Amino acid sequence: MNRLTRREMLKLMGAGSAAGGLAAAGCGTTGSGSARGAHVVVVGGGFGGATCAKYLRRYDADVRVTLVEPKKQYTTCPASNWYLGGFRDLQDITHGYGALKDDYDVDVVHDMVTGVDPDARTVRLAGGESLSYDRLVVSPGIDFRWDEVDGLDASTEERIPHAWKAGDQTRILRQQLEAMPNGGTFVLVPPPNPFRCPPGPYERASLVAHYLQENKPRSKVLILDPKDGFSKQPLFEQGWAEKYGDMIEWVPGSDGGAVHRVDADSRTVFTQEGFTEHKADVLNFVPPQKAGKLAFQAGLTNESGWCPVDQQSFESEIHPGIHVIGDASIAGAMPKSGHSANSQGKMAAAAIVSQLRGDDVVSPSHVNTCYSLVGPEYGITVAAVYRYSDGSISGVEGAGGVSPMDVSGGFRKQEAHYAKGWYESITSDVWG
Amino acid sequence: MVRIRKTILASGLVAMAAAGTAGANPEITRGDVMASTCYACHGTDGKSPGSIPSLHGMPKEKLVSDLMAFKAGNRMSTVMERHARGYSDAEIRELAEVISAAGQ
Repeated sequence: MNRLTRREMLKLMGAGSAAGGLAAAGCGTTGSGSARGAHVVVVGGGFGGATCAKYLRRYDADVRVTLVEPKKQYTTCPASNWYLGGFRDLQDITHGYGALKDDYDVDVVHDMVTGVDPDARTVRLAGGESLSYDRLVVSPGIDFRWDEVDGLDASTEERIPHAWKAGDQTRILRQQLEAMPNGGTFVLVPPPNPFRCPPGPYERASLVAHYLQENKPRSKVLILDPKDGFSKQPLFEQGWAEKYGDMIEWVPGSDGGAVHRVDADSRTVFTQEGFTEHKADVLNFVPPQKAGKLAFQAGLTNESGWCPVDQQSFESEIHPGIHVIGDASIAGAMPKSGHSANSQGKMAAAAIVSQLRGDDVVSPSHVNTCYSLVGPEYGITVAAVYRYSDGSISGVEGAGGVSPMDVSGGFRKQEAHYAKGWYESITSDVWG
Repeated sequence: MVRIRKTILASGLVAMAAAGTAGANPEITRGDVMASTCYACHGTDGKSPGSIPSLHGMPKEKLVSDLMAFKAGNRMSTVMERHARGYSDAEIRELAEVISAAGQ
């Protein structure tokens, strides 16, 4: 970090001459000046927030960074379906903040934000403390639109888990699967668009089927979907037929999949305006979604329930000085995923450091790769490279796309192998 | 090209002496932000802890030739062909420069 590389020297030269002389480069009053003393507060220690905190410190060790996250341990949604499938322990997908504190000197505060004052540039914590910031980064994830679900609310989530925020919810769902009789029906209700992790429900259906095939082979997986299509659909359907025969049934919204109401006590789902009922042994209902609670508290959302941002810097269009990243943000063509949040955390960090130094913000470049497992040794992907132009983020034409159809088992096995490597890498890039 | 760079480097050293510690936090480049996106799958600074190949310590020329081969479809891959097509030849050289420098 402290040793200058040739590249850095070359860049320094460039900055010096662009600023009109070496003195300018040295004194820190113009472009490529110092951000010394600036304080950035990051709220939310998931894929977006933890990445942003780390990369702020990597880009500029003079910037003071405080990360506020209530939980001391963070269990990831990615790989939580592997736990449900029975081949990954929950503690192996749970991460702490030690490396951010010790290796990157991020000040980690385990507390809850109760209010944001965008004019005074302060954040109030439940513990009573107040933090002043020069820049605030908010990465609050998602919340649920329970008001759109007839028969369920936050109080029913222990009986009817969503398991769309990992941890206790995932454990509850796993326990219910273990208690399910052979020959039972697992009903999964995915959310409407847009939602966190577009291929996630279909990976879940796959890995629940894997568990049932090994342990309760007469059982069935029924997906009652409000939508008429989903991410990587042909690949999933090919994999389901190959691995699970007719164990998984997907019902699209226009053909009876749209849920009308739910009876939580009897785990019954009513579709077709209430005329058709499906009795579940285990019901996994993933509700419609909106930006996380803090985004609403801080007034960062618009009528869509998500946060409009300048898609170059992720600075809020509503409150200057506050950047919103991850699932809560409106990020053009990027899906709401842990990988997207990681990418956005890095681009926001670069933008903030550049702004604090008085430099131009470099045009961002994003990547997303969503690995899904159809089985423990059967992986599929969708990938994309994104650029910012004319006010929004869009995919680079000719790049990206999904895994090929009709390939050998070796190809699927290789992608499953890399899926596990992806998890190790990205979690070390975020929390390591 | 090499000769020119060496000349710049030599004058850069003089500039460093004059500019004090200003170089500790160099200006963020397009190469920096593009390379950072590689680290999601290949690990921070290209140090992969798992099954995805590590890039750490790879020379720039090797990174460039591998990426060019993926981009052209001349080298078998799972996702790398889909990624490499997202970058111009110049961008590939810029991000390879950053990744190789991170491994030195």
